[in-house]
Amino acid sequence: MTRKQRRLTLIGSAGAVLAVALGLILFALNDQIVFFQSPTDITEKDIPAGQRIRLGGLVEEGSVVRSDNAEVSFRVTDMANAVAVTYKGILPDLFREGQGVVTEGIVGTDGVFVADSVLAKHDENYMPKEVAEALKDQGHWQGGEGEAN
Amino acid sequence: MIVELGHYALVLAFALTLVQCVLPLWGALSGDSRLMAVAPPISVTLFVLILISFVALTIAYLASDFSVLNVVQNSHSAKPLLYKFTGVWGNHEGSMLLWVLILVFFGALVGLFGGNLPQDLKAATLAVQSWVTGGFILFLLATSNPFARVPNPPLEGADLNPILQDIGLAIHPPLLYVGYVGFSITFSFAVAALILGRTDAAWARWVRPWTLLAWCFLTLGIAMGSYWAYYELGWGGWWFWDPVENASFMPWLAGTALLHSAIVMEKREALKVWTVLLAIFTFSLSLLGTFLVRSGVLTSVHAFATDPARGVFILGLLCFFIGGSLALYAWRAPMLKQGGLFAPISREGGLVLNNLFLTAACTAVFVGTLYPLALDAVTGEKISVGEPFFNLTFGPLMIPLLMAIPFGPILSWKRGDLLAACQRLYAAFGLALVFTLFTFWLWGMEKVLAPLGVGLAVWVMAGAVSEIVTRVKFFEIGPKRAFSRLVGLPGSAWGTALAHFGVGVTVLGIVTASAFQEERIETMRPGDTVEVDGYSVTFDGAVPRQGPNFTEEVGHFTVRQGGAFVTNMEPSKRVYTARQMPTTEAGIHTFGFSQLYLSLGESRGDGAVDVRVYFKPLITLIWIGCVIMSIGAVFSMADRRLRIGAPKPAAKRKSAQPAPAE
Repeated sequence: MTRKQRRLTLIGSAGAVLAVALGLILFALNDQIVFFQSPTDITEKDIPAGQRIRLGGLVEEGSVVRSDNAEVSFRVTDMANAVAVTYKGILPDLFREGQGVVTEGIVGTDGVFVADSVLAKHDENYMPKEVAEALKDQGHWQGGEGEAN
Repeated sequence: MIVELGHYALVLAFALTLVQCVLPLWGALSGDSRLMAVAPPISVTLFVLILISFVALTIAYLASDFSVLNVVQNSHSAKPLLYKFTGVWGNHEGSMLLWVLILVFFGALVGLFGGNLPQDLKAATLAVQSWVTGGFILFLLATSNPFARVPNPPLEGADLNPILQDIGLAIHPPLLYVGYVGFSITFSFAVAALILGRTDAAWARWVRPWTLLAWCFLTLGIAMGSYWAYYELGWGGWWFWDPVENASFMPWLAGTALLHSAIVMEKREALKVWTVLLAIFTFSLSLLGTFLVRSGVLTSVHAFATDPARGVFILGLLCFFIGGSLALYAWRAPMLKQGGLFAPISREGGLVLNNLFLTAACTAVFVGTLYPLALDAVTGEKISVGEPFFNLTFGPLMIPLLMAIPFGPILSWKRGDLLAACQRLYAAFGLALVFTLFTFWLWGMEKVLAPLGVGLAVWVMAGAVSEIVTRVKFFEIGPKRAFSRLVGLPGSAWGTALAHFGVGVTVLGIVTASAFQEERIETMRPGDTVEVDGYSVTFDGAVPRQGPNFTEEVGHFTVRQGGAFVTNMEPSKRVYTARQMPTTEAGIHTFGFSQLYLSLGESRGDGAVDVRVYFKPLITLIWIGCVIMSIGAVFSMADRRLRIGAPKPAAKRKSAQPAPAE
């Protein structure tokens, strides 16, 4: 092989790998990302059943109902609208009524959100960022700017 | 008083870095050896000063000195002694001080043991290192002073975040930081080479051992962090593709690429320009990681407290160092001499392929981590990029890399023979095939990808073994003489084989633990039993218990197999008194390489409790593989030809062998 051919092979294979990587990334970004929605978004936007989303807001006071096979249902609210959620599994330690929560899952045909993961805060001082902003959008945020993070 | 001393030492260190930034560099560029000679003693003094500072903060923690704001916010007098000590870096300010301590530690190592480096290279490297050091000390002093006092000291502190009150905090951050920050020295070397406009033999020899050292610690640090999250968070997962995890994983990927390209540069004088760029990228990704974790752009357990000024300051540092070094690269890199031609099928070619896939995978992780942040900043749209994205991008990029691993070390330099390499790998391929078919036979069509994953892992492991077998000419000269060759094999050969074997072990753990895991979630009352993978787990009831700074509700479980008692397990729910914060302590029992994992949910009052039971086959292999990789790195570092900074044969330079290489 001449010097030129060697260089072309190198550049060619580098280009091929990068093209594949880029293709995968673009495809995955198109297909595999999950949008964050507030309960108001879900009520207003008419999200098709079966689509994966992240739903965030406050756990509505008095809405948590536990049934026997480790299932739990509750409502997530942004003070304007609320969405019913069901989840089977262990809730995070800091899951509380009236506190911020982010759940991920799909909207069922009956309008009930079936979550497969529930995230609460890592620490008493934090409110999930998305939740804080969603609440602000609805004009129900009472905390100061600093607490929002 | 001691606290003020620590603060003063920090300020003094900052002043010294200003001197160190300028004088040695000036000396290196003007050829003044008196100016260059300033660098090593200052680098050692800097280390001593930061150490004083760090010790001062540690004393404040151990003595529970609640007149120091940092101690008030993160400590408690009832906290066990170990956590008083580890709590020093269990907060933003203290962890940044540890960061700086390790930064100057590496500087001091170069200063003390770099005796056989060309003087100008050493001076320039130390100068660049102190640019970084100065930037971070300024960050500490300006925005995150760990020594700030409180005007009216409270009687009690707010305690450390309970999740951090674990032995993991003693191990994970220091290991991770030595890895992260260790790449600063390769960065400083690369920038120094660009400033001086040359990369000579000494430069090439220095880069690899330092990269190995940092990489070794980073590997252990990430593995430890993963295991910690696994047992502490109680979710049973060991990797979440969380941005904070990715922040440490990106430098690891780039560092792994750097490790391999440095081999080419050292042995064959090729890929110099690329290696310099990789060295810059690797540390840039470390800096980016620090920014992501410490600035508060991400909400996570790692982001201790958020203060916009800090984020802006680190972003400034980030732009300065990454932008500055890349600009310097664009300007000076064309001056570096290229050398060493090679055919596409050759050891060099294999290493280039490794670099291609690793950098492509690193790019995928980079996009997945930063795209949500960028999108939020630009459009305000909130998205999350999770496991599916990484499975689809990172996964496919790793498969060809894993398939190629066994070929690399067997190909010869310059021009390799692919056919001959294939012949040497027949046995490995056969073994992989047997395992694939066996797994397939066990599970059938139920899980199609898992047998292939198992086969791939076995292929990588067997490939590493065949490399050693080939090297000692086992089949040509018989076992007896082969054994003596085995002992005489260079450390780097052992290092390569061990590290690659470790990769295979980790992959095997990942595949089996994710594909064949069994999970049960049940509400259990005392006396209830759940069956998982042949084990029956019986709930005997929950009892309260009092810890030093927490109260807990301990669930008693008995595990039996076929009616015979196996073990007791005691997962618990704790509430830490000072913060009134609950945590979950998982119960874990290890059988061979597999684990049974029990995690409690909230108790329901009538004695019933939600329980999550996992059986995780071979999961410990994930971390054992990482440990094997690190041992490989140690073997490579011990290779006498690679002893740090030995451009001449090692025998003549005994005095110049520093501690970390041993």
